Parts: sequence; structure tokens; C-alpha cells
Amino acid sequence: MKKALIASVSTAALLLPSITMAQDDTVKFGILVALEGAFAEGGADGVRNVELAIQQAGGMAGGKKIEFVVAPTDTTPDTTVRQARKLIEQDGVDIILGPLSGSEGIAMRDYAKTIPDNTVINGISGALETTWVDPAENFFRFNLDGAQWGAGLGSYVVNEKGWTKVATVAADYSFGYTNFLGFAVDFCRSGGEIVERFWVPLGSSDFGGVIASLPDDVDAIYLGVGGTDAINFLNQYSQAGAETNLIGGTIMADQTVLTSRGRAKDALIGTPTSGPLADDNPDEAWQSYVTAYQDAFPEDERFPSPSLFGVGYYVAALAAIQGLNEVDGDLSDGQVAFREALSTMPLDTPLGTVTLNENRQATGSVFINEVVDDGEGGLKNEFKARADNVNQTLGMSVEDFTAMGLPSRDNPDCAALRDGG
Amino acid sequence: MQAFTKRYPVWSLIIALLLAIFLWLIFAPWSDGMEDVMGRKRVFLNAIFGGVTLGALYFLVASGFTLIFGLMRNVNLAHGSLYLLGGYLGFEVSEWTGSWFIAFPVVFVLVGIVGIVLQNQVFRRMEGEELRQTMVTIGLSVVIADLMLWIWGGQSYTIYSPDWLSGPMTLPIVSGVRSSGEIIYLKYPSVRMAILFAAIVIGIAMWLVLNRTRLGMLVRAGVDDREMLAASGVRIQYVFLAVFAFGAGLAGMAGIVGGTFQSLSPGEDTRFLLASLVVVIVGGMGSIPGAALGALIIGLSEQLGLVYAPTYSVVFTFLIMALVLAFRPQGLLGEKQ
Repeated sequence: MKKALIASVSTAALLLPSITMAQDDTVKFGILVALEGAFAEGGADGVRNVELAIQQAGGMAGGKKIEFVVAPTDTTPDTTVRQARKLIEQDGVDIILGPLSGSEGIAMRDYAKTIPDNTVINGISGALETTWVDPAENFFRFNLDGAQWGAGLGSYVVNEKGWTKVATVAADYSFGYTNFLGFAVDFCRSGGEIVERFWVPLGSSDFGGVIASLPDDVDAIYLGVGGTDAINFLNQYSQAGAETNLIGGTIMADQTVLTSRGRAKDALIGTPTSGPLADDNPDEAWQSYVTAYQDAFPEDERFPSPSLFGVGYYVAALAAIQGLNEVDGDLSDGQVAFREALSTMPLDTPLGTVTLNENRQATGSVFINEVVDDGEGGLKNEFKARADNVNQTLGMSVEDFTAMGLPSRDNPDCAALRDGG
Repeated sequence: MQAFTKRYPVWSLIIALLLAIFLWLIFAPWSDGMEDVMGRKRVFLNAIFGGVTLGALYFLVASGFTLIFGLMRNVNLAHGSLYLLGGYLGFEVSEWTGSWFIAFPVVFVLVGIVGIVLQNQVFRRMEGEELRQTMVTIGLSVVIADLMLWIWGGQSYTIYSPDWLSGPMTLPIVSGVRSSGEIIYLKYPSVRMAILFAAIVIGIAMWLVLNRTRLGMLVRAGVDDREMLAASGVRIQYVFLAVFAFGAGLAGMAGIVGGTFQSLSPGEDTRFLLASLVVVIVGGMGSIPGAALGALIIGLSEQLGLVYAPTYSVVFTFLIMALVLAFRPQGLLGEKQ
């Protein structure tokens, strides 16, 4: 009896995937998203936003009914690949939307090469290497990468603020380098000068020595640290009585820092930062998206406005739906027509129109915000400017960008960029 | 001291020489040649002061830890939680009363009471069972961490120091000479100098209490042989309670200090537990001067490392710990058991 039960259950398990794959009038999305660890809240917002996009499309894409499966990861690359394999092999999904974080993105680029008949549309992972070094034919990214997020800020501080001489303090790891590179390329080409660079280990709590080493005769200090590191730095920076202007990297003025308790964050007022979105973006597409998001979910089940992660997954889902509409749901022949549509179509997103380059990497807008007092004792980001059509090579030619090398402590060479640009 | 000089004349000479060079580096103006080799003097001085003040913070946390261990042979792995709890309570008190100073005695008493409850309700029931106590303290630290996450949430807190302590102060130490011949004195955050001063006062007071009072005598006797002490009629449980309360209160006050010049957030508890473990391993388990020396060494190595070799600064701390364990496993000032 027991044996028979086991046998029937395992047969059923074997048959399951083929049953779900067999239906022709549906298209199946697999949402690969971090639902454990530091980004769990953001990941959950990603899932909400895919639901929103599907709901707005009436549950249909290219004449087919959309179904989706959620595959939770814990932001580690091996879990991500295991979950992606489960989506493809067991759930039989057609399109994967995800992943969320940088190292997951690189792992998925490599995994995508082993599933040439399926398509992966990136969620919100932002490592430059994912679509720059040896990219996969079926991996599409409609969001900007970490280096692009830094672009636009450099020329803004030179032209609008008149700050041309800066020292930089940034976190000593891959995102720190990448995000800094985006700022530095733009800043140096606009005629700025980087006097000195400091790289601090992730999780440093005492920056006294670094703060003392900062040169006096600079217009501003660029800070590429985030979270508690940022708060510790700001606290010690104001205690040391330093009064130079600050420029923030993408994670410098995020919600972790702005909602911290105590006065350390006040040192940030007036600091320009750059990133993939602006909460108070007056653009109509953004405003109506925010309203739709707020209407779709009850207040206690969502953020006040969509998070960065949520927007990323929303755009990915939009891309998949629009691509399917263009080819009338034709996923035959290894999804060739669908991929062609994704590569060539301009996509209207809440963040502006996005196009893809030959590496299937987005070209789009970066938003410059400034930290201001919100009048209630807190701080918020205020939209100041936007840089449109930021491409993967940050406005440089592919040869120049390749020659510059990948982001690292000494890259880019500011003087060379200033003279060359 | 004299005995040490007599026993190790060569080592004493080397230590004295190093100390003299060090003091000269701090007080004498640097020549251009030296600045070429060592970088600007201001940077060096700031790293040294940063290290010493960080050491002061570590000392506040670790001295309670080492005292509790020395007397009760109890490795209290919930010590970091007491630190963080003290910090959060300090934030609430200083927000509520508007005074940074009132927070210190209030937190000392409150966290001290938590310490008394822990000792009386938990550790007393499993006296002498070291492994069990250790496991229980790990469990407690997890529970307390989650409770604090529930109450104070995941965001970071910084405690605001009073106005007259915010901003920098000028110290009578030459940090450089302008080309015009004008002497520049070192500017340093005043709140950190205040903390350093307070740590020194607390350290000296602890030494005095331990070495000059009857309570100190009981504690020292208990560290050496608590069975004998109990047998001679001392109600040792009260001594235990007093020491545990004092150690916990000190950790709580350290939380305010940490919240003032760093920040408080979930995870700081384990970071400071780890730091105090390293400090007492380097300094010697159960020794107050050892905790002071260990805290100073670890604080200095972290700051100098961050300035002169940022990539390896994390390694230095553990390198020092490994060296001490290899060559002097009882700790620099620890006694062989």
C-alpha cells in the first residue's frame, strides 16, 4: 500500500511539469526575487509590482493568459541559479523576471547561456559586468546599472553648484567602485578634479582618521557609503566640525539614512545625489504609476510609494508584456521573434522611455535629487534635474570605455578623462 | 613596575625607548622629510587620538565583561545586548529629558537592574555549569536582540551630545606649521575628548575601588578563590550581584557613548561582544589593567589600520589576537591559571 502510494505520488510529481507546459493559450512568467535577507522587503515589493503590471494589462499578453510562479532567493548566487533551474525545469516557465541583486545578476547571465530557448528579463540587479562582460544573448536588462546611476551627478555639481575640486570617500567593494565610476567619468569630463580618493572597508564604524585626512582646500566631498556606515560617517564628520559640501552616491541618501533617528543625518541637507528614480518626479507617467500602485494595494501592505526594487520589477514585467503584444504571443522557435521585439522596441516606463543597446542593456534617465528638510523634523529627497539617454558607456565610445577598464580603486583616471573629454 | 624592570632590564629599556619615540612623534613638529615618509602629522595625530578614544569605548564595554568573568567564571555572551539596550534607553532618556548627562545615571541604574535580574534569576540557578551558562547567554542575546528589534525597529539611532560638546576643540598639541611660521594646533571633536576623560576617570575609580576598599578586597579574594571566600563567611551571592550589576551598568553607559560617536542599530550588539572578547583575550581574562591595555591596542590598531592600510585594517585586530594566543595564551596581563 505504502509503496503504491509513493509510486503514484512520484509519478504524479514527474508528470506535473509537462502538464503545466502543455497549455498553449497561456504564457508563464517566473518571478525570481529575493524574499529572504536584507532585501526581503524590497523583493516583496517587486512581486507586488509584477502583479500590478499584469493586472493593468488585464491579465493578458499577446492574446494569452498570464500565469506566474514566484521563486524566492536569499540573494546568494547559488540559490538564485537553483531557483531559476527549478522555474525552467519543474514549473516550465517561458520567461524569467529577475534577479534582484548584483552578484545574482552575474550568476543569472551565466545560467541564461544554458537555457537558450527561454528569456531572462532582469529584475533590478545593477552590476555593470552582467551586460558588459561576455553578455548572454537571452538576458535583457531594462534598468540602468550601478555606473549609470552615478552619471549626470558629476556635470550637475560642476555646472549648477560650481564645485570642481573634490575628495572622495567610498566603500571598498564592487558597488562602491561601480557607482563611483559613473560619477567620476561624468565629473572629470565636465572639468572636475578629484584630489584624493579614500576607500573604506564595508562596515567601518569609526572614520575619525579618514575625516582628518580629508584635504581642506576642496569644494566638496563625494560620499559613496550607505546604511549605518553613512550615518557613522556623518555623525563623526559633524563632530569634527567640518563644513565642506557633500555629494552623495546612490545609496547615501536612501531611506535607511533619511529615516534614522538622531541628528547625524542633518549634515546631509543640501547634498545632491543621483539614482534611478525620484519620488516627487513631476512626470505624468510616474505620477499615474504611483497612484495606480497606491490604489492597487491597501496601505499596510505596501510602501508609501514604490521602492526602487518594485519599480525595477514593474518595468521588467511591462517589457515582457509589451514584447509579447508585439509578436502576438508568438514564443515558437526558441522565442526568436519575442527577443527581436524586446531588443528593438522603445519601452515607455514610469521612468521615461528606455531603449536597449547591442548588449541588451538599457539606455535611460538618471535622476538628480537633493536632500531637504521636509518641515516635520525629517528629511526627504527633492527632485532637481534629470539626465536623459544615459547609455552603458556613459556617453563614451565603446573603445574608450573598454580601454578605461572595469571599475576599481584607481579607475577611472580623472586627469586623462578631463584632457581627453 | 620596579620588579618588572629588575627582571627584564632589556625589555624595559626597549619599551621605554618606544614610548619616548612615540611621545616625541606626538609633541614635536614634524620636518618635511618626515611628512614625506609618514604623511601629514595631522592625520597621524587624528588616527592616534581616534584609536585612543575608540579604545576608551572598548574599555568601558570590556571592563564589565572581564570583571564578571574574573569573579564568576561566567562568559556572559549577552554582554553586547546590554550595551545596545543601554544605548537605546539612553537615546529615549536623552530625547525625553533633553539632557545627555541625565541619561548616564538613569541607564546605569536601569541596565544594572537588568544585570541583577539576570544574575539572580538565571545564572545563580546554574552556578558552576559553565557550558550551560554560555549556551543560555547566547540564547538570551538572541531573544533580547529580537525584543529590541521589535521595540526600536531596524533604523539607526544617534544620540545628540550637548551643544558645548559638539564641534571640535583645540588641543595644545602642534599639528603642523604653516609656511608663514604660524603654528597650527590640533583640532579634535570635543565629545570624544570628554569620553576619553570619563573613561580614564572610571578606570582609575575602578582601580581604586578594587585595591583600596573592602568591597574591592572581597572581589579580589573572590577572583582568586571564591570557595575559600564563601567558606570564610562572606555572603558571596551579594558580591556577585554587585559586580554583575556594575558590569552591566557600565556596558549600558558604554552604549550611550557608542550611540554618541558612532550609531546604534541591530547588529551592534554582536559587534561589541566580539570587540570585548578580542579585548579581554588580548589583555587577559579577568584583569582590569589588561582590559585597558587590550582596549588601547585594539582601538589603535583599528584606527591606524584604517588610515594607513585600509584594505587590511580588519585583519590586524585578529592578527594581534592570534599572536597573543600563540605566544602568551593567558593574555598580556593575565595570570596563568
